[in-house]
Amino acid sequence: MSNSKINKNKAFIDQEIVRKDEAKGLQNLIYVKDLSLWHGKQQTLNNIELNIRDKGITVLLGPSGCGKTTLLKTFNRLSDIYADIRTEGAIYFEGNNILSRETDVYDLRQKMGLLSQRPQPLPGTIAENIRYALQLKGINARSEQDDRIEYYLKKVALWDEVKERLKSPAGKLSIGQQQRLCLARGLAIEPRVILADEPTSALDPISSRRIEEQFKELSQDFAIVLVTHILRQAKRLADYVAFMYFGKLVEKGKPEVVFEDPKTETLKEYLMVGH
Amino acid sequence: MRNKKNIEESIAKIVMGSFTMLIVIVLFSILAGIFVKGLPALNWAIVSQVPKGGYYFGKEGGILNAILGTAYLAAGASLLAVIISVPTALYIHTYLFSHPRWQKRVRLWLDVLWGVPPIVYGAFGFNLMLFMGWPTSLLAAIVTVSFLISPVMIRAMDESLQQVSPGLFESAISLGFYKGEIGYRFLLKQTLPGVATAFLLALGKGIGDTASVLFTAGYTDYIPESLKEPVATLPLAVFFQLSSPIPEVKARAYAAAVVLTIIILVISILSRLISKKLSKNKVE
Repeated sequence: MSNSKINKNKAFIDQEIVRKDEAKGLQNLIYVKDLSLWHGKQQTLNNIELNIRDKGITVLLGPSGCGKTTLLKTFNRLSDIYADIRTEGAIYFEGNNILSRETDVYDLRQKMGLLSQRPQPLPGTIAENIRYALQLKGINARSEQDDRIEYYLKKVALWDEVKERLKSPAGKLSIGQQQRLCLARGLAIEPRVILADEPTSALDPISSRRIEEQFKELSQDFAIVLVTHILRQAKRLADYVAFMYFGKLVEKGKPEVVFEDPKTETLKEYLMVGH
Repeated sequence: MRNKKNIEESIAKIVMGSFTMLIVIVLFSILAGIFVKGLPALNWAIVSQVPKGGYYFGKEGGILNAILGTAYLAAGASLLAVIISVPTALYIHTYLFSHPRWQKRVRLWLDVLWGVPPIVYGAFGFNLMLFMGWPTSLLAAIVTVSFLISPVMIRAMDESLQQVSPGLFESAISLGFYKGEIGYRFLLKQTLPGVATAFLLALGKGIGDTASVLFTAGYTDYIPESLKEPVATLPLAVFFQLSSPIPEVKARAYAAAVVLTIIILVISILSRLISKKLSKNKVE
């Protein structure tokens, strides 16, 4: 009885897996175990098994509607806000099952910074957008806020473009700048993981490239989970790839293995069409 | 040869155009009618004095009691309605976000309430007043009118909140804000122009309504000094004076109607201006 309770709520990561990973020199941060998800009666995720490594970019690749965004949104429990969602299985992160009722979702969400498909600045000025995040972290001293605003805007290479107009509305920025502002805001909550849901899909090629470069840089310090359907982007960025199709995880592994030597017909086809 | 579409085009154009013209003419005739009859009777005395002895037989005095009464009533009712409406509209968009079926249900109920005739609100307010042991008073009228205009205000706010991208809500949730906080800090800010318009729309409805306050406001020749005193309103001033057989009193009814119309026009124009001004903080 008490044993099963522990299994449910505490970390129950197969130590065998951890040992194997460490032997390979991998540090995993998130373990997805046998995860299934239903939207009403429709099953969108089907027995997903996946390890997300600490530091580096894990790319969730697949065609639209294959469930990759849904999977991403279970990591910060954003799936909670939608109706009729039911999950089975577990996601272990820092020793706890994210999907457990006891999870402090506010704390969880601050550890998992989400960058959405379209930039979503909050109403207010450029500076305020980062200030909101700082306030959430309990940083209320104005001068420290200002220092950090500068720090994070520099971190996403936006500072030089906006330092003269920090007090102008965030909505006035170009869409590429808005996305970098949102990235800065996400970094300001000091997350452990960055979840990115096709973050370049609304951007022009130059802005996209800048975001990609920043991701490369950030991957030194953060675990990044990047959802994309763009094969080239996956090839450029991935340290680890998971290919999804119709709610199933079809293939996963290092990009040089997965892309050079696909095992399944679905991935072979995707790779062919993608070129 | 002329294309058949050309003929159909001109018929369609004439039909649509004439009905548009018809309704515009009707609207302007109403305005013209009121102004033609009311302006001659409108003077400084009528807007600056309360009715004096023999006023209702055509002697001296004015409708200041009704003008100020309407102002008090409208201010009180719209304030109370805002207190009811803002949390309700935000609730629909934050906590009910995860329950689309309930969102639909609540919207349907509000639309039904919007459609309930004001006289029914009047009857409800009257019963409520008796139940609470209030006299016919400013308080009873404020409560009744606030119920009347709340559905309008909530649904108008709701409509403008529906323009906000769900992505904004998602992003704020992902940052770790709780839902209520997102409502008050971001959704409200994002839809401030819409909220202001909703407020003025409901205010206009409240000011112009007669039936809902017929039983609850009472009527008085004095300016109320507390919530427990009866209050005169402009629509009722029009109503009572128009039913008088004395021509001078009838003319004053039109003067009161002019004042009422001007107030409503000013509110409409103001709501347009404000909604333009407040769009500053909006994220496109």
